[in-house]
Amino acid sequence: MLELSPAEWTAVLLSLRIALVATTCALPFGVAIGWLLARKEFWGKILVDGIVHLPLVLPPVVTGYLLLISFGRKGPIGAFLADYFDIVFSFRWTGAALSCGIMGFPLLVRPVRLALEAIDRRLEDAAGTLGANPLLVFLTVTLPLALPGIVAGAVLCFARALGEFGATITFVSNIPGETQTISAAIYSLLQVPGGEAPAARLVLIAIVIALAALIASEWFARRAGLRFHGE
Amino acid sequence: MLAVDVVKRLGNFALTARFQAARGVTALFGPSGAGKTTVVNMIAGLLVPDRGSIALDDTVLFEDAGRINVPPYRRRIGYVFQEGRLFPHLSVRQNLDYGRRMSGQPRDLKEIARIVDLLDIGPLLDRRPRMLSGGERQRIAIGRALMMRPRLLLLDEPLASLDATRKHEIIPYLVRLRDEAEVPMVYVSHAAAELRQIATNVVRLEAGRVTAIGGIGLLD
Repeated sequence: MLELSPAEWTAVLLSLRIALVATTCALPFGVAIGWLLARKEFWGKILVDGIVHLPLVLPPVVTGYLLLISFGRKGPIGAFLADYFDIVFSFRWTGAALSCGIMGFPLLVRPVRLALEAIDRRLEDAAGTLGANPLLVFLTVTLPLALPGIVAGAVLCFARALGEFGATITFVSNIPGETQTISAAIYSLLQVPGGEAPAARLVLIAIVIALAALIASEWFARRAGLRFHGE
Repeated sequence: MLAVDVVKRLGNFALTARFQAARGVTALFGPSGAGKTTVVNMIAGLLVPDRGSIALDDTVLFEDAGRINVPPYRRRIGYVFQEGRLFPHLSVRQNLDYGRRMSGQPRDLKEIARIVDLLDIGPLLDRRPRMLSGGERQRIAIGRALMMRPRLLLLDEPLASLDATRKHEIIPYLVRLRDEAEVPMVYVSHAAAELRQIATNVVRLEAGRVTAIGGIGLLD
C-alpha cells in the first residue's frame, strides 16, 4: 500500500523542490518588505501592504491568470526575461515555484514584520554606540532577534507552497514530471477510475510533510526562545 | 575635554545646555525631567541637536553651522544605559567583545583581563544576560562599554534600576573605574548621595537649563 510508483515519487520530489526553491527565493524579498513595512513610513505604504496581501484574498485562479498574462511567454515580463536572460516560467517547474512563492509571500511577510516590530530598538541604538554601522547592526542584532519570526514565516510560506494548487495549475498547467505537484497529482488521480489508492498514498505523504514542517518550526522556535531567554 | 553647547526642542520641552567636562567624573545632576538623558543622547549621537556644537578633545562631533554630525558608530563614546541593554542573543563574553569586533580593533588580552578583573566579572563570562542579576548586568554593561576603548564614557542612571543593596555593590567598582581608568566620564543621576561618592565635578540641570557648574559641594 505504501509503495510509491515512480510517477508518484516524481510528484513528491517535485513538490518539495518547488516549495523549497519558492521559499528560498521569497525569503530575502519577504525580509526586505517586512522590514520596510515595520520600520519605514512612506507614501503608498497602505498600497504596498495591500498588494502583498492580495494573493491571500484573491481567488488563486485569478492570481494564476495574472501570472499567465504577465509572466507567460507572450506576457510583457515573461517575454523580456526569456529574450534577455533566458529565464522561462510558462509550463516549467520554475513557473510553479514562482506562483507558489507569490501565494506564500503574505504568510512569510506577516510574521517577519511582527518580529521586527517587536524588537527593542534601544538594543540597536546600543549597538550603534558600540561602533556597529547600520548594516552591521542589522546583521548582528536585528536579524538574529527576528530569527524566530523569520523561521515561522518561512515555514508557513513553505507549507503554503507545498499545498498550492489553483494558481499553479492555471499558470503552468499540470504536466507530470514538470509542473505536477502532489496536489495536482491527487487531483488528476481522482479524475480516473482506480486512482483512489495512489491518491490516498499521496494524501498521507502530504500530511506527513506538513506535520514534519510544523514540528520542525516549533522545535526551532523553542530553541531560539531558550537561547534568548535562558533557562 | 568635552565641550557641549546645544539647543534642543522636544515637543513642549526646550533644552539649552552649555558646559565642559574634563578628566574625572562629571555629574549631570538634576531632578527627573530636567533633560539629563537628552543631553547624554546628543553627546552619544543618538539624538541630533537643533543648534550648537559638541566637541571631544580636538574632534568636532556635531556642529550645525558646519553641518557636521558624526554618526554614533564613529564617535567611540561608550554608553552605559539605565537598563543595561545587553544583547539577549549573545553570551556575556560575546556582549563584552561586541564593540571591539564591530570597530575592527585587535583583541588585546591584557586589556580584557584588566577590565574583567576591575569589574570582577570573570565567573560570568559564559552566562546569558537573562541569567544575571541586575547588579551583574550593569557591571557587564560597564565592561562592554570599556572594552571598545572609548574616548569618553557616558553613564545614564546606571544604578537607578537596582535596589539599595545592589547599589552599594556597584559603587566601589565605579570608584575604582574613576581612579584606575583614564577615560573621562559623564555620569547622569538624580541621587546626590550616589554622586557624592563618585563625581569630581557637577553640572546641575533643572527644567532644561544649566543652573550651576562646580564641585561636589553643589550636591548639598
